[in-house]
Amino acid sequence: MVPAVKLDRITKRYHTPEGEISALEDITFSVQEGEFVGIVGPSGCGKTTLLSIISGLLEPSAGKVYIFGEESHGVNPKIGYMLQRDSLFEWRTIYRNVMLGLEIKNEVTPENISAIDDLLMKYGLDAFRDNYPSQLSGGMRQRAALIRTLAVNPKILLLDEAFSALDYQTRLAVNDDIYNIIKKEGKTAIMVTHDIAEAISMSERLYVLSKRPGTIKLTVDIKLSIENRTPLLSRKAPEFRQYFDMIWKELDIHVL
Amino acid sequence: MSYENLSPEQMRYLKRIKSRKRSIVIMRIMLFVVFLAVWETAAALKWIDPFIFSSPGRIAATLSRLYTDGSLWTHVVTTLLETVAGFLLGTIAGVLIAVVLWSSETFSKVLEPYLVVANALPKIALGPVFIVWLGAGPFAIITVALTISLIVTVLEVYTGFKQTDCEKVRLVQSFGANRGQILTKVVLPSSFPIIMNSLKVNVGLSWVGVIVGEFLVSKAGLGYLIVYGGQVFQLDLVMASVVILSILAAFMYFGVQMLEKKIAKRY
Repeated sequence: MVPAVKLDRITKRYHTPEGEISALEDITFSVQEGEFVGIVGPSGCGKTTLLSIISGLLEPSAGKVYIFGEESHGVNPKIGYMLQRDSLFEWRTIYRNVMLGLEIKNEVTPENISAIDDLLMKYGLDAFRDNYPSQLSGGMRQRAALIRTLAVNPKILLLDEAFSALDYQTRLAVNDDIYNIIKKEGKTAIMVTHDIAEAISMSERLYVLSKRPGTIKLTVDIKLSIENRTPLLSRKAPEFRQYFDMIWKELDIHVL
Repeated sequence: MSYENLSPEQMRYLKRIKSRKRSIVIMRIMLFVVFLAVWETAAALKWIDPFIFSSPGRIAATLSRLYTDGSLWTHVVTTLLETVAGFLLGTIAGVLIAVVLWSSETFSKVLEPYLVVANALPKIALGPVFIVWLGAGPFAIITVALTISLIVTVLEVYTGFKQTDCEKVRLVQSFGANRGQILTKVVLPSSFPIIMNSLKVNVGLSWVGVIVGEFLVSKAGLGYLIVYGGQVFQLDLVMASVVILSILAAFMYFGVQMLEKKIAKRY
């Protein structure tokens, strides 16, 4: 089967007046359609850089990105990107926020509008369509942000620390919520996070990146002995602790 | 809100706020009345020379004379039109130039020192130049007003553009937005509060520009009345013009403020 995303020896170097910084070194991996893959690593290891390269916002210094077998250059319409904060536009209503992608792509057609209406209905935001983001809770805003991404019907979702702005309780709930929506919509997802527990709870496979320059230090297939797994249930699986300890050791985090 | 289910403390608290508000309004009015009364008395009892210092009564008389001979409207309308024109042109041109600067970093870097100097320069100094170029008439006056607010608007709005949340820019880029869409979908709407703010500043600046312009050249307008009154030693006329001016400036400021409130509820 052709993988949804294939990275072939991706390398990225940044240039500054003070010198050259190597952000990513020789990253190669594939993600199959429908998979949920996590990437963890210490801060500053180039996780966001990696997602930017996959999405096409950034060109790699070397290496190739393949999306469904085709070499990808520039922003790829098959990819939806969820950023660190929900970044809803406070001057737009929820409905107009969700429409943003279609407006930019010039795809405001009756079919697409009715697809958005369906999404809002299905995920309980219909009643809030005329509200402004400031009137919504953090979890709802995150949902709205996801629907905004889904509205342009991407096949692949990139989640860049998408939950890091939420408080812990909300975050657990939103993890479950977003995970279920992504699974229900049958999307492929690549999530970047520095939160080991979050990564294990949501991913089927995990790549652990090293400190800068980021390389793949370890690949972990997450196999949990529970049925109908959700992020919240995954945290209760007996293997969860072992995975956590293993990755913690690998990340080699020190305060000093 | 009904008062029935409020606790006595809450009611006392609300009452206290209300009476405090009312006493502030009363004090404001009192201050004005006392000021006028003292001024009028001082003039009537010759503590001050009413010929030089005028008096509220003489100002009122001058106003009613201007009103009855019909010249009041000519002067008010002339000045008002010039100010509104200078204000609108200065603000619109300022925002447009800021857009041009935003669209090319190289260009804005090249222009930076010129903008700084232009900002530091007292624009009034250019008044005689505009008069020679545009003739001794309303165009020169409007240009002076425009120039005064232009550079400040450019600098302030451009700074606002640059402070646009880069996450939001990345977001629209991830949807494949081009430079123009980044401007219209993110940069302009998110800079709206800053544009509104410079609008408020520009109201004041445009009045300065127009009055100074009218000092230099004019055959009508409040600035003309002030200069004329000063030259013929009619301080009543000068004071009356200043009174009209402050009323007009206040109205224009509140107008902009109301516009801002109406559009900018969400920011």
